[in-house]
Amino acid sequence: MNQQHEAFFTEPAVAGLVATPSIGASRPHESAQLHVAGEAAYTDDIIELQGTLHAALGLSKHAHAKILSIDLERVRRAPGVIAVLSAADIPGLNDCGPILHDDPVLADGLVQFLGQPVFAVIAETQDLARRAAQLAQHDDVIRYEPLEAVLTTREARAREQYVVPPMHLVRGEPDRRIAEAPYRLTGEFEVGGQEQFYLEGQIAYAVPKEGDSMHVWSSTQHPSEMQHVIAHVLDVPNHAVLVECRRMGGGFGGKESQSALFAAVAALAAHKLRRPVKLRADRDDDFMITGKRHDAWYRYEAGIDSQGRLLGARVEIALRAGFSADLSGAVATRALCHFDNAYYLSDVDILSLACKTNTQSNTAFRGFGGPQGALVMEVILDAIARKLGRDPLEVRQLNYYGTADRNVTPYGQTVEDNVIAPLTDELVATSEYRTRRAEIADYNRDSPVLKRGLALTPVKFGISFNVPHLNQAGALVHVYRDGSALVNHGGTEMGQGLNTKVAQVVAHTLGIDLLRVRVTATDTSKVANTSATAASTGSDLNGKAAEAAALTIRERLAAFAARTYGGEPRAVEFRDGMVHANGHEIAFRTLIEGAYLARVQLWSDGFYATPKVHWNAKTLTGSPFYYFAYGAALSEVIVDTLTGEWKLLRADVLYDAGRSINPAIDIGQVEGAFIQGMGWLTTEELWWNKDGRLMTHAPSTYKIPAISDCPDAFHVKLFDNENVEPSVFRSKAVGEPPLLLPFSVFLAIRDAVAATSSDPTCVPPLRAPATPEAILDAIDAVADGISAVEIQANALAAPAESEGAIMATLDTAGR
Amino acid sequence: MDTHTIRYLHRGEYREVGNLPATRTVLQHLREDLHCTGTKEGCAEGDCGACTVVVGEADGTGGVTLRAVNSCIQFLPTLDGRALFTVEDLRRADGSLHPVQQAMVDCHGSQCGFCTPGFVMSMWALYQDQDPAAGAPTRQEIDEALAGNLCRCTGYRPIIAAAQAMVDYVPQPGDRLDRKALAKRLGALRRDDTFEYPFVDLAGASRRFFAPRSLDEFARLRAAHPEARVLAGSTDLGLWVTKQFRELGDILYIGNVAELRDIEADGEVLTIGAAASLQEAFAAIATDYPEVAEIWQRFASVPIRNAGTLGGNVANGSPIGDSMPALIALGAQVVLREGTRSRTMPLDAFYLGYQKTALNPGEFIAAIGVPRPTQDLSFRTYKLSKRYDSDISAVCAAFAIHLSNGHISSARIAFGGMAATPKRAAAAEAALIGAQWSEQAARAAMDALAVDYQPLTDMRASDRYRAKTARNLLYRFWLETREEKPLDMANVNVFTPIFTSASSAEPGTEPGAATSA
Repeated sequence: MNQQHEAFFTEPAVAGLVATPSIGASRPHESAQLHVAGEAAYTDDIIELQGTLHAALGLSKHAHAKILSIDLERVRRAPGVIAVLSAADIPGLNDCGPILHDDPVLADGLVQFLGQPVFAVIAETQDLARRAAQLAQHDDVIRYEPLEAVLTTREARAREQYVVPPMHLVRGEPDRRIAEAPYRLTGEFEVGGQEQFYLEGQIAYAVPKEGDSMHVWSSTQHPSEMQHVIAHVLDVPNHAVLVECRRMGGGFGGKESQSALFAAVAALAAHKLRRPVKLRADRDDDFMITGKRHDAWYRYEAGIDSQGRLLGARVEIALRAGFSADLSGAVATRALCHFDNAYYLSDVDILSLACKTNTQSNTAFRGFGGPQGALVMEVILDAIARKLGRDPLEVRQLNYYGTADRNVTPYGQTVEDNVIAPLTDELVATSEYRTRRAEIADYNRDSPVLKRGLALTPVKFGISFNVPHLNQAGALVHVYRDGSALVNHGGTEMGQGLNTKVAQVVAHTLGIDLLRVRVTATDTSKVANTSATAASTGSDLNGKAAEAAALTIRERLAAFAARTYGGEPRAVEFRDGMVHANGHEIAFRTLIEGAYLARVQLWSDGFYATPKVHWNAKTLTGSPFYYFAYGAALSEVIVDTLTGEWKLLRADVLYDAGRSINPAIDIGQVEGAFIQGMGWLTTEELWWNKDGRLMTHAPSTYKIPAISDCPDAFHVKLFDNENVEPSVFRSKAVGEPPLLLPFSVFLAIRDAVAATSSDPTCVPPLRAPATPEAILDAIDAVADGISAVEIQANALAAPAESEGAIMATLDTAGR
Repeated sequence: MDTHTIRYLHRGEYREVGNLPATRTVLQHLREDLHCTGTKEGCAEGDCGACTVVVGEADGTGGVTLRAVNSCIQFLPTLDGRALFTVEDLRRADGSLHPVQQAMVDCHGSQCGFCTPGFVMSMWALYQDQDPAAGAPTRQEIDEALAGNLCRCTGYRPIIAAAQAMVDYVPQPGDRLDRKALAKRLGALRRDDTFEYPFVDLAGASRRFFAPRSLDEFARLRAAHPEARVLAGSTDLGLWVTKQFRELGDILYIGNVAELRDIEADGEVLTIGAAASLQEAFAAIATDYPEVAEIWQRFASVPIRNAGTLGGNVANGSPIGDSMPALIALGAQVVLREGTRSRTMPLDAFYLGYQKTALNPGEFIAAIGVPRPTQDLSFRTYKLSKRYDSDISAVCAAFAIHLSNGHISSARIAFGGMAATPKRAAAAEAALIGAQWSEQAARAAMDALAVDYQPLTDMRASDRYRAKTARNLLYRFWLETREEKPLDMANVNVFTPIFTSASSAEPGTEPGAATSA
């Protein structure tokens, strides 16, 4: 089905480095053999210590209420229950918020969303703990005084109720430019949230150690933060807490901050009871408790010329933050920084709001606000093209960032590595965009019920944490006397292949076979003060840190080899498991043994801090990104106009991973992100009832893409490029940016819906997720002559060349 | 009747288990009692596939049938007499990987790896049932086999590639299961009498799990223990336990009654035993009515269809069960039995209200009778949901009309998702009967649906969507079955390429030829 399967094996290795290259080769995931055999150990698979107890959480049944009383005795009497803990049992700070302290571990006097943990049951088995925790739903166990609940973003927006202050970025004179533009376009748009749906749910296993110390295995993207949260909850120093994570069964942002509550409760119970305690959330509880991708509601306004060039733009992005700040401030910042996507906006006004609602506290999810920022831009450009009767791709290309000019982002960073134009040209050619557009028009003319649609969308995505100090990483490399190497770094493995890439970096640097390198569990006692594995930076940061550690060892070995065999240290070469020094060829492990006897240090730390990045959070300006990653996708869909059902027929994707360290892993990330992003925009719908109860709380009701959703024709290729910055082996990040590529699926659906209209300038008011119901609503709206946008011609504006033609289209549109 | 422990075959050894509640799931048993942690829990409701295992059962003719099932909702006593295969079984004796595992490694089919054991087991079942001479399974066969396995990382493309590649590896002894040898080993576990398993439930009450082998004995036990819960595939009852923490009381298991799994056809009726799996039942129905292909493929997933039964789906009477609209439209009957007495009633008369049926205490569904196809019948059944694979219907529709000289001589229309039960559209039917099959008649019937149904809004769809698409599906039916220039499926259904090739069944082909059961 997919041509790129072959590309896995034909991708040229970085020439001339090693005969069996580690860098640039499609090596399997380091755990692949274990995965397929069921032997890869996740937190719940760790052999339990004798006396292990199990915890479950009692959840709030109101979206917003005062807690008047809790009858924990009744819960304690349930079968198998050892203890019940509430906020009063917390010795330290009752908080697990990553930035602000507004996120209680257990609710204390007030519940702020339906599903908020109020107490923790510790019992002999997980089943008994869960059964006892259900008592939280009984009216006489927790007594409440219900308060008014704000459940929607619009309501919170109307009340100006935010978890962090609004962020407002203005460049140039957007008001004047919009007012003076030949055409002014206005509209609204909305996109739903998204549950991470990592297959392995939230889990932590805490084992009390001597003194006040605690060892916690946590399925987390952020072991250091888990360590800090547990320490302040238990009121012990950070050094007393060791957090470890070998791997996660998926994270997607959902285990960056949201793992903290589970780690904290397990540790609290273990601390109180002096017994090992495991807390594994049932899938429904996981859905009810944890935050998701922020849904968003937009109002926008654009001033354009007759060609569709943006002269001025204004957008308000209202994100649903939920009940607490969590990471919403940073998410709102990234949304603001990605409104431009791949387009130059000379005069622009962006307002980004994190609205406070009585729902789960929304959090990181792959893309971290970037998708929410860029999606509305693509929706606007698509609307502009439709209103002007132009091909949407041409309008996009017209607005692309330039290379020599038109290359400064609204927040003031110069785009120095722009490849979006050649990348788009290549995709247009290989995907036969123009031929297929014509074919689709023919098909739609003759097909009364089914309509096809096509859309090509680009992505430019900034790489780095947009909080500069987080852009640091550490690593340890140990070379043992047999020449094998053990690597530990601050990043976490959630399936993205980070450990594979880091092992490739170390193997390459030391010139040894990849099988001689092992990467071990992330462990806060090995590398301290690590950043979350997030923002697509895992390989960039930890790969560089591990490379630095390996280089230090290599330099020591080279010096030793030069001392032993003569010649210059810098002339010593390491490749194929051999060391070449002054005409001698020595096996790596032989050199190691000699170096050990000569008392050369065979292990080293390594550290990396991303250069150049800076950000002024007050002015919302700076250079928050080290570089940009680029990509584009063309999607073709078919839509049933009677039912709103649809199917992705073909997707062509070109992605700029720089000089890929592992093309198979990078392509896997692109494909996975594409389908995941498509799920966000189509099948995945979060639905709360009027009480604020999330009714889509399990895979039976919340539908992530399944196998038939993968298109028959799915062509994913990596763009031939190298990072202009000296990133790790000139590679580029790949985790998040491809999640924006299936914007093309959403807009292809809108294209198909537009084909139901006899009006070529129709802009279907399609909301996201484009469920069959949303699609059918848009089809109905089109039939009723309702448009997603309003366009007005400015009588005072200087007439443009094709003014007459445009006015004719506007007349056709009847607006 | 003797009391027994649960005996099954796992990892080449006989295992014997007692002193556990009958509602203990196979997954809990694997992970917590046996410390076999290769099998994962993703949802505990049979909807993600991370817990997929394969159950082998002697087929009575010296062979073994293999069924991928969701271990998270299978109760342990149902394993009695069967073989359990988990991901730990797959490595070869020399430690190397089985072809399905090696293909997953080579095609980069795992990322986080958590769903992988479940995929591997579904693929292993597909591998075992794949004719070696047939080459690689088709995309449609792969989709069908893996529709119940969710992966959040890969986007599925490399997994599909692995499923295609798995047959390319030179098989070694053991890669293909020796079913004859296994059947012999299972013979040692065979019981001729009722399996009775006593247990203490989690509320501390003494309970019994009965698994009779004959229909008469089942009927006797059902009459003697009218309060006992009848258990079939546990695709619904499993969730009562894992999600609602309900105690089931005494349990009467239908799955060992061979007579209730029979599927027989005479000239007039296709009789499907109540304990026939959904997979077997749909294969049989599709032989007569290939139009059920889409609903069959979209009905949950293979592991659910392997475990779930047609009788269970019908008895459950859920307003969103996908088999009933088609069965009602086709004029199916239910055969009810109580003790030694039987009675038959039309399926549409069986549903009295939300989760209320005509079953008396002590009575059970013995079989479902589906009339054989008649001439001049136009029949279609459609399902609408957010996702193609393994989703629950927002709306499920079935239409069956007989045409005589262009006029409609009979009409049966039934919907799921539109009322508290699967329900016929009496007003719409009345609007059609006697009319010429024209757009005008279709539109009159569409209008009449507003009389028949007042649907609700929930997380699957709004009342408006349900009402509107109910009309539109009737319109689709007209477009497909009108006499002048009917539109073929490819012109009215975006999923046509998927399901037409998934079911190879054509009218007149052998029963059960469409898929493995």
